[in-house]
Amino acid sequence: MSSLLSPTRAARRSRLADRLWSWLTRGSGILVLALLVGIFGELTLGAWPALRSFGLGFFTSQSWNPVTEEFGGLTSIYGTLVTSALALALAVPVSFGIAFFLAELCPGWLKRPLGTAVELLATIPSIVYGMWGLFVFAPFLSEHVQPRLTAWTEGIPGLEVLFGGPPIGIGLFTASLILAIMILPLVASVMRDVFEAVPATLKESAYALGATTWEVVWKVVVPHTRVGLVGAAVLGLGRALGETMAVTFVIGNAHNVSPSLFLPGGTISSTLANEFTEAVSEIHTSSLLALGWALFVLTAVVLAASRLMLRRLARQEAARP
Amino acid sequence: MNARSRYLSRRAVDGAAKTFAIGATLFGIGWLIWILAMLVHLGLPGLGAKLFTVVTPPPGEDGGLANAIVGSLLMSGLGVLAGTPLGILAGTHLAESGDDDRLAATVRFVNDILLSAPSIIVGLFVYEIVVVPMHGFSGWAGGLALAILVVPIVTRTTETALRLVPRGLREAAAALGAPRWRISTQILYRAARAGMITGALLAVARIAGETAPLLFTALNNQFWSLDMGQPMANLPVVIFQYAMSPFEDWQQLAWAGSLLIAAGVLALNIVARIVGRRR
Repeated sequence: MSSLLSPTRAARRSRLADRLWSWLTRGSGILVLALLVGIFGELTLGAWPALRSFGLGFFTSQSWNPVTEEFGGLTSIYGTLVTSALALALAVPVSFGIAFFLAELCPGWLKRPLGTAVELLATIPSIVYGMWGLFVFAPFLSEHVQPRLTAWTEGIPGLEVLFGGPPIGIGLFTASLILAIMILPLVASVMRDVFEAVPATLKESAYALGATTWEVVWKVVVPHTRVGLVGAAVLGLGRALGETMAVTFVIGNAHNVSPSLFLPGGTISSTLANEFTEAVSEIHTSSLLALGWALFVLTAVVLAASRLMLRRLARQEAARP
Repeated sequence: MNARSRYLSRRAVDGAAKTFAIGATLFGIGWLIWILAMLVHLGLPGLGAKLFTVVTPPPGEDGGLANAIVGSLLMSGLGVLAGTPLGILAGTHLAESGDDDRLAATVRFVNDILLSAPSIIVGLFVYEIVVVPMHGFSGWAGGLALAILVVPIVTRTTETALRLVPRGLREAAAALGAPRWRISTQILYRAARAGMITGALLAVARIAGETAPLLFTALNNQFWSLDMGQPMANLPVVIFQYAMSPFEDWQQLAWAGSLLIAAGVLALNIVARIVGRRR
């Protein structure tokens, strides 16, 4: 009797263990979801006092005054958007060139070491970029680059305002350049992966028709991978928007909106890094949390868009016979 | 003639594009060489036995980074120990669920967002849920913030590693009557071990240099302390504080610390690659 019973008991026990295992893994997955929801909820809660007292005007007001307790997020939001956009505009063409070189021109023996080097550079902690920016790059810019830019652009409407200003080496301009250098390896390596996802037959057919390397890239590879390339750029944007340390070191941490790129400014993340632990009043902390909330929403939207684009490309590839 | 000139102009455009690509590569790599060269040049003079044996000094005095190094190791250790199991389980869920599983698809998408979400946001989150209720900055809070950064990395790498395990292995185990939890823990994890270890190493490399999430959680501590319930020194925050100071010996320590972190992170990444390749 017992010999007949024991297998069923073992089977029942193993079925129970299986159910536990399934709950455990599924629960962990749900916890990942909960993390995102939790972060959003907690930030919303923390930002609520500021949003309630300043209303939507918080996002359009320039005042940031801990003494009178008047807070508006525009200066930080402006700094975040300007530095990220400028960084992206500088980094994307260069990244495209690097990806083009790595995927199509690079001799076989160099491909792997160079590709690995680019990927490794993407992992260097941002505080290292910040140190270099503050002690090496900012003095270099203030001495050699900024005075020349000011001189060259003098009298040219538009540019004159952008590049006019004190050549102090600290400010939106320096922060944008460092962000560009930082996201370069990331965008370049994703773009290279995107290039390499193009089926060899497509490229070979174009070559067989007599196309030059550039024509193959521009007329076959790029149209084929457009979604992926935009996805890579947007991924870089997502990284630039939230980058904290590299920017905090060199941006100057001021609250102003000015057309001159040479003036000190601030981004959401640099404002948080500088002020959060020193904020005394509840409304100051809450205003900082409101900035954090805005940053989180902004990056989540940007990253979601990037992932959707990269995934669409992957699905396109998978569907191809 | 017309055909010939068109051919020549196509060649010229091709040549220009290739030159641009090579130039861009040299340009991009050039920046990064500049940064690394300066890092070694300015950081190396500060390296020495003292760096590892003496605690952070007041300005004007001799000192090292011993407390910051230990604090970083403790909190990174806590972060990995707490974050990795959760990431492995979540990754298992993603890898073992079917393509029509809505929940898994959502988790995968959300995980991708968390993977590149700004780390300073995680610092704010942990400040709100740990530091405020506990009335103080602590090593625990810092470790938790790092753990939250570890989870999405390990989830992603675990899923990728498990998906690479041949289907036949799962089916063979199932045919022998092995329950699912045994298939996962004793067959799949073993087969995917290299990939999963790579993931954990990459996660360590990522959090070792993170500054922003520690600013609001562990804060900093001038003194030697192993008490996780107290504010805790850590390399990145010390570097930040010292770099922004006007004292030259502090700045020197900041450079030495940066070199230490960069070297550590690069070494971890290289080890992770070697482990990942050997399979």
